[in-house]
Amino acid sequence: MDLGQLLAIVVGAIFVSNFVLARFLGLCPFVGVSKDSESALGMGMAVIFVMTMASLVTWFVYNYVLVPLEITYLRTIAFILVIAALVQFVEMVIEKTSPTLHKSLGIYLPLITTNCAVLGVAVVNVDSFMSTGLSRNASFIYTLVHGFAAGLGFTLALILMAAIRERLDLIDVPESMRGIPITFIVAGLMAIAFLGFSGLKIG
Amino acid sequence: MSALKELTKGFYKENPVFRLALGLCPALAVSTSVKNALGMGAAATFVLLGSNIVISLLGKVIPAKVRIPCFVVVIASFVTIVELVMGAYLPELSKSLGIFIPLIVVNCIILGRAEAFASKNGLWLSIMDGIGMGLGFTFAIVLIGAIREILGDGKLFGYMVLGPDFQPVLIMILAPGAFITIGLLMGYFNILDAKVKRRAEAVEAAKANARGGR
Repeated sequence: MDLGQLLAIVVGAIFVSNFVLARFLGLCPFVGVSKDSESALGMGMAVIFVMTMASLVTWFVYNYVLVPLEITYLRTIAFILVIAALVQFVEMVIEKTSPTLHKSLGIYLPLITTNCAVLGVAVVNVDSFMSTGLSRNASFIYTLVHGFAAGLGFTLALILMAAIRERLDLIDVPESMRGIPITFIVAGLMAIAFLGFSGLKIG
Repeated sequence: MSALKELTKGFYKENPVFRLALGLCPALAVSTSVKNALGMGAAATFVLLGSNIVISLLGKVIPAKVRIPCFVVVIASFVTIVELVMGAYLPELSKSLGIFIPLIVVNCIILGRAEAFASKNGLWLSIMDGIGMGLGFTFAIVLIGAIREILGDGKLFGYMVLGPDFQPVLIMILAPGAFITIGLLMGYFNILDAKVKRRAEAVEAAKANARGGR
């Protein structure tokens, strides 16, 4: 495990293969919750938190349950159940310990279970860090860092989009393109900008 | 009659991708070619049909409070079947669809149909709904795939269609092309919808006029 590798994972997850704009994960909240930047920030924070937690928990499930029992082909079922339970649990804990935080994140949490970015990060983690013969310690650190960075990348895209859509409200868009269609065109332009990162090589 | 309606509504009136904006992630991610799009459409249709059948049969047995986790387990089981079968018999397709096969679990179309339709309706209608919605999804993703493959590669199903002089628009195969294609298609569907509505209104107005004149 070296720092260069870690930096490559972070930059890769945020810019080069951004979860929304390059991997097409988490498009539903990206389109649905990007109408104003305040709720975009709330959703982004919730996603960063859940993605990091989900990476942590699925690492344990994969290495201590699925691999010893030799049932790694059941990972999809195991992961989605673990993530659903995790989201529910997190919601309960936040509600008990910090009502203010619950007020700002609460409405976004149930939406996250069906956010494909969360299951996506777990599956990507398995494919690129857990089943490739890395040592346990390295795969643990890489998984956690990747989960956090992927959440950051999602939040970055979401907040940028919300800022653009706030401006779009003031513009005379053709009637048939209002709402979701123009959002996709804007996302396309953003994706072109993000393509510029794909030449980046680190580590 | 109503079974036929359930079967055809997925194409235009309630097309999951263009009209309801569901299942966007796979629709954009694997629509780089018609072949991939057909593979994803078939996989999603199979899962949708299977989960609709099981959930409509179990509709009354599942307690309302834990229904979502139950639905998810049913769907995830079918997805695992697809994952294993495709890996065994179509390894190439399975590789190019990549993580989007396990991610069929979180395709909102499937959970949405389970919750909104299959758990409340009988077996026959649920089968029709599953096939109809699945084909509607397939139609949408193949349409996007065809546009992207023709413009971005000059090919359809891997065959040249635009001649050797065609300069491929590479961006259409890459991520931005997917966003722009679906944005324009959704806008086009909105125009179609407005036209249909206006025509219906004109017919209504003509009827009202005829009645008033008499």
